Amino acid sequence: MKLGRKWRERAAARAARKAAKEAEAAAAAAASEAAETARAGGGKRGATGSAVVGGSLAAEVAEVAKDAAAEPGESPAPEAGAAAGGSGDSRGSGESVESGGHATGGTAQPARGRRRERLKAGLARTRERVAGRLRRTLGAGRRVDDALLDEVEEVLYEADLGVEACEQVLDALREQARAQRLRAVEDVVAVLREELLRLLGEPPPPLLPAGATRPRVIVLVGVNGAGKTTTIGKLAARYGAEGKRVIVAAADTFRAAAIDQLAVWAERSGAEIVRQDPGTDPAAVVFDALTAARARGADLLLVDTAGRLHNKANLMAEVQKIRRVLQRADPTMPHETLLVIDGVTGQNGLLQARGFHAAMGLTGVVLTKLDGTAKGGVVVAVKTELGVPVRLVGVGEALDDLQDFVPRAFVDEILGGLGA
Amino acid sequence: MFENLTARLDETLRRLRGQGKLSEANIAEALREVRRALLEADVNFKVAKEFIAEVREEAIGLAVAKTVSPGQQFVKIVHDHLVQLLGTGSRDIAFATKPPTRVLVVGLQGSGKTTLVAKLGLRYRQQGRRPLLVACDIHRPAAIDQLEVLGKSVGVEVFRGESGAAAEEIARDALDRARGDGFDPVIVDTAGRLHIDAGMMQEVAEVKKAVKPHEVLFVADAMTGQDAVQSAKAFDEALGLDGVVLTKMDGDARGGAAISIRAVTGKPIKFIGVGEKLNALESFHPDRVASRILGMGDVVSLVEKAQDAVDEEEALKLAEKLKKQAFTLDDFRTQLRYLRKMGPLEQILGMIPGLGSKMKGLTVDEKALVRIEAIINSMTPLERMSPKVINGSRRKRIARGSGTSVQEVNQLLRQFTEMKKMLKRLKSMGMGRRGLSGLPF
Repeated sequence: MKLGRKWRERAAARAARKAAKEAEAAAAAAASEAAETARAGGGKRGATGSAVVGGSLAAEVAEVAKDAAAEPGESPAPEAGAAAGGSGDSRGSGESVESGGHATGGTAQPARGRRRERLKAGLARTRERVAGRLRRTLGAGRRVDDALLDEVEEVLYEADLGVEACEQVLDALREQARAQRLRAVEDVVAVLREELLRLLGEPPPPLLPAGATRPRVIVLVGVNGAGKTTTIGKLAARYGAEGKRVIVAAADTFRAAAIDQLAVWAERSGAEIVRQDPGTDPAAVVFDALTAARARGADLLLVDTAGRLHNKANLMAEVQKIRRVLQRADPTMPHETLLVIDGVTGQNGLLQARGFHAAMGLTGVVLTKLDGTAKGGVVVAVKTELGVPVRLVGVGEALDDLQDFVPRAFVDEILGGLGA
Repeated sequence: MFENLTARLDETLRRLRGQGKLSEANIAEALREVRRALLEADVNFKVAKEFIAEVREEAIGLAVAKTVSPGQQFVKIVHDHLVQLLGTGSRDIAFATKPPTRVLVVGLQGSGKTTLVAKLGLRYRQQGRRPLLVACDIHRPAAIDQLEVLGKSVGVEVFRGESGAAAEEIARDALDRARGDGFDPVIVDTAGRLHIDAGMMQEVAEVKKAVKPHEVLFVADAMTGQDAVQSAKAFDEALGLDGVVLTKMDGDARGGAAISIRAVTGKPIKFIGVGEKLNALESFHPDRVASRILGMGDVVSLVEKAQDAVDEEEALKLAEKLKKQAFTLDDFRTQLRYLRKMGPLEQILGMIPGLGSKMKGLTVDEKALVRIEAIINSMTPLERMSPKVINGSRRKRIARGSGTSVQEVNQLLRQFTEMKKMLKRLKSMGMGRRGLSGLPF
């Protein structure tokens, strides 16, 4: 390893050229065998996830299991393997379809409630602080000058709007300023609000429209730690409370204890869960879940997938297989494919959306963890570039902390509540 | 988008050559480009502003050497500055003189704390220590089970308290256990929490009081945007951080959050998480992350990986062959094998300067490499030495032997010929000097 610097440089150059060449070859070949890759895709990941989580779960889950024993579910479809794309998809034998009894979601401890109050209080405080800052920045009566525009720029950038969107909004503002239409600070806010609302577009349609065919299938995808499982729990609670029959599919068979985490959420929300052993082919879990959902006449099937970075080709192929399995069962499925984006995510959110949109055809974004100080402004770029709108926002950890996306409220948050 | 920062700066600064010196007026545009790159990489707005002001100071009056491209020179200043800001290189946690060394892991929800705790456990077990992982996340459903499963898979003991116990009680019991049974280090996992959630911040402060940690590690997602400064600052003020860990660096995020966090807390970045596998934890190298933030690729890591995979003597022999234009399909296959040994192709490609943008949306199929190798394997030694002899019937035989099609064999041969042509051209251009164009060094 003590070769001269020159050699190192040359080695790097060589490797670079080489890899570039290979990339070309790979790309060309990839096109001709896209279907093949998809099936092999998941393989890389399997090994770690196969440990079975024993009966070490909290008491709540044990109860779910008991309920399930008392009320046996319909037998799962044996031909899942065949439908799941070819042959030889060997799956774990520990299949179990659990019916999580229709327990009311009232197991939440009093401690949780208190915590939520605290959260709300904290939220209010932040809002005040930000609003105060903006009032200082855009204080009433201040003249519109370059310094003020600089400060507006800062507010927009710090909301993670990103370079493109910020410049677009600022250009609109400067144009108005040149046209002498901006006299007071109030005008600036009005222009900002109008421009942001224009970029965000019309409020999106509801996830479960009245009279939708049953079951309505919603797949959630996203990078690791974005909040997919939590969002599924909240969605299940929301539609459960509306009297809908909800089934959740535990298709995150990779991350340790992800299935148990979803089971707890299912129990809290009174939804039914379809699960198999860790390490099972996720597409097979989804197929089983769909069969169960159809047999039981469920209104809604929510599919939880493992977190994956959008730049991992093999993992993206794995999630595409889920989509294929659903499409084979019914070309209109999945009815919704939602990308879950963590509210603190910066400009990478746009890359995530591009990656998942190309692979899965997104119909919406769920923006989570907005109860902190982050604004999630990157979704503006997602909407303007890809046309994928935000559908839901997560504002806390309690079951009912999932709200429909209201562009106006979102813009108010970005602008710090000024004039709201 | 900014993989080509150097090229764009070159464009911007080309006009300066005749002037000999950089002045405030003529570098304004270049600085705007740099600012754009920083913001696009999620460096905090205010941090970027300060940073630009500092670079401006240094750049003004700098003589523009005629031999070097001004863009490269300028990027070097920016790069060096970033490295300086990111702090000195990798440092492990400091072990206490009186064991057990106690490490507290904190952060926002979903930043990767539990995974990091398991990775640290594996790291120290491999160093011959006996770590104890403590599951203090009593809030997220199944978080304790998650740590237990991970602990089992890396062969490290996990301490889980009695159900219903408060986090600080679990921590205290775990310490007793560690002292009694001689565990060291003790690594405490905590629940994810928002920095503005006063109640939850109080809870982690209690845990800290119980643990009296030697190291408080703040875990941050590499994809974090502008908000990184808020959360890092709040955690630092509440708990007094000792170090930072950036996770999910195997994604394509630029990781500007590293700059932001470092700028507001002044605390060193100790590790980076680079994958889902539990050994995917690396030391932090400021120069590499600086290159990444500026979108210049990560040549150092690339060379390191290449050195790990490539036999030196072989490499020298190959270089000799390249010079003599005697590059055969045999050598091509050897190269292919090295390439595959270096790790996942997409990761390798991401390190190559200037290639990042061209790779966008391109799926890299590792299996294509296997097929190419199979094709070469199905050739006779003569065919590998001089591909010219491969006629129609040979092609058919090769395709049958490798389980591919004649088209694929043709494609490979075409590519190989083109590659040889390219090498010839490179050589006539004088390899080495132009080989790494686009790099400031």
